[in-house]
Amino acid sequence: MAKKNEVTRRQFLNYTLTGVGGFMAAGMLMPMVRFAIDPVLKEGTEQEMVPVMDVSEITKEPQRKKFKVDQVDGWYESEVEQSAWVYKDEKDEIVALSPVCKHLGCTVDWSSNAAYPDQFYCPCHGGRYTKDGVNVPGTPPLAPLDVYKMKVEKGKLYLGKPEPR
Amino acid sequence: MLQRIYDWVDERLDITPLWRDIADHEVPEHVNPAHHFSAFVYCFGGLTFFIVVIQILSGMFLTMYYVPDIVNAWESVYYLQNEVAFGVIVRGMHHWGASLVIVMMFLHTLRVFFQGAYKKPRELNWVVGVLIFFVMLGLGFTGYLLPWDMKALFATKVGLQIAVTIPVIGEMAKTLLAGGEIIGAQTLARFFAIHVFFLPGALLALMGAHFIMIRKQGISGPL
Ligand code: FES
Repeated sequence: MAKKNEVTRRQFLNYTLTGVGGFMAAGMLMPMVRFAIDPVLKEGTEQEMVPVMDVSEITKEPQRKKFKVDQVDGWYESEVEQSAWVYKDEKDEIVALSPVCKHLGCTVDWSSNAAYPDQFYCPCHGGRYTKDGVNVPGTPPLAPLDVYKMKVEKGKLYLGKPEPR
Repeated sequence: MLQRIYDWVDERLDITPLWRDIADHEVPEHVNPAHHFSAFVYCFGGLTFFIVVIQILSGMFLTMYYVPDIVNAWESVYYLQNEVAFGVIVRGMHHWGASLVIVMMFLHTLRVFFQGAYKKPRELNWVVGVLIFFVMLGLGFTGYLLPWDMKALFATKVGLQIAVTIPVIGEMAKTLLAGGEIIGAQTLARFFAIHVFFLPGALLALMGAHFIMIRKQGISGPL
């Protein structure tokens, strides 16, 4: 009989065959799985800054500005319309807020609800934000509106991607 | 650990006889390459099955990116091959496997033919095998169009032109396959459906029948 700790022929064959078989199966499946999970591991794309409006047109009152950006979606490229709420705050600094509600993604409007003037109002579940985009506590959104990356060049306002604060 | 999970399930469901019935059977000496090296010819059927498994898996993964639409088909193939990690490999597996499966199946058929293994009582299994052969050719033909490049388009034109030569129903057969007058949007959608649903379904059913018959009748005896 085999001594203690000695590997029997049957065990040895079992281990080798399982090992080799597992290695082969992994070699087959690994590329496929990596292929499938690629979207998760891909880096986000940068977005070019696009001119939106003249700086001189910006008022204290938020204005909704629409602009087109090139969107690359895998093999499909298209121009999509985005919009921003643009205004100058008390310190005369330009603010460009994304209109996408931080609750579930509806589009917010400025001062559209008579009960809440001078606030951003979301019609979907009554989410509200103050003028600086900060969510009003007690309403559904849990974060302030995203702010657009921006720059001013030759009197024009350029916007990039909206970023969470 | 694994053993304990197995025992737990087995105690309740008695699964041992199930897999024993499938996996535990004797391999006769004359088909075991360890005894006679020439017995490797018995491997071709199994190899065909192995490649079919790879084809099904790689095909499933390819459809995560591929779209059967004349505007986007080529672009999506280009994208999955060049932009997605391991795209070249996964598409390569499907591409080369398609040819290899025909080769293996052909060798398997030759072995059965020259050993006379198709003779009574195994005639039915030969018939099923030939049907599998046709299904495989159909898979190759329909799959060839899917990348929607020039080679695909003209290969399909030629193929459908051959279908026209069938007496009487030729024109009808062509229109039915193409889904219209020309080879275009409708053809691509149709070929995709045939390639990923209809033929694989038929293939699985036929392979099931093929294997059940082998188990029932056993491997043919030595020459
Ligand atoms: S999506 Fe705006 S409040 Fe729900």
